[in-house]
Amino acid sequence: MASVPFEYGLLVAGVLFVLGLAGVLVRRNLLFILLCVEIMLNAAGLAFIVAGARWGQADGQVMFIFLLSMAAAEVAVGLALILLLYGRHKDLDSDALGGGNEPGRGEGRGLARGGGARS
Amino acid sequence: MNLLYAASACVAIAATVMVITRRNAVHALLYLVVSLLAVAIIMFLLGAAFVAALEVIIYAGAIMVLFVFVIMLIGPRNDVVTPATWIGPVVLGLILLAELVYVIAGGSAVPRPVKEVTPRQVGVALLGPYLIAVEVTAFLLLAGLVGAFHLGRRLAVTLGRKGD
Repeated sequence: MASVPFEYGLLVAGVLFVLGLAGVLVRRNLLFILLCVEIMLNAAGLAFIVAGARWGQADGQVMFIFLLSMAAAEVAVGLALILLLYGRHKDLDSDALGGGNEPGRGEGRGLARGGGARS
Repeated sequence: MNLLYAASACVAIAATVMVITRRNAVHALLYLVVSLLAVAIIMFLLGAAFVAALEVIIYAGAIMVLFVFVIMLIGPRNDVVTPATWIGPVVLGLILLAELVYVIAGGSAVPRPVKEVTPRQVGVALLGPYLIAVEVTAFLLLAGLVGAFHLGRRLAVTLGRKGD
């Protein structure tokens, strides 16, 4: 087998995934949340690569390519949304933005509490 | 090889920890680029050279540049990169550079993975059994393009500059 043991590769992928998950849960800046989602996607891709290398099949790399294109599309839309939110609220704090009583999509900009503590 | 792998894994994990603990988005991006490069080295060591190159080009290149653009548009809130900021990423990057030099200079001393999956196999699989998935991915990218364009147009109206 390859000289890198299979389990260690999966271990690193798992640690990276958990770190990204912790970032998503802890951080409140939307930009950081998107960044941590990228970390999680990348860790999942690494797991695919490790599994593909373990069995010597090309499917792992194929899945990573799909994951890569999905991440690219997701980050394009996500960053556009972040820019839109920032242009409207001048703030990226998810606590301040998702207060629960946001008017759906009308132009009512209920900027009740603008500057929460940024994380 | 195991040493190379362990060093890359440590660099990746350390850089990721730094990413999720930074306050400044630019600093976090610097560390994330280092983390992605370390993960690319792990993939290379696993015998997936094509995907390692894709990781560097698309993740560390294109997607991170998108993030940099957005941070630039949002504006430097608590300002820029000072020399002290560079030390962490530079040290981690130097470790990766040392690995690279070791691999290149070591030549045949570095054992190769037993089962290397070549780009040819990946391409054959991609356009063979996975052809439908490739088509669906094309739809996904088109949807992302249209969505980003739509949101960007509304953003231009919101910010009051219609030009771009």
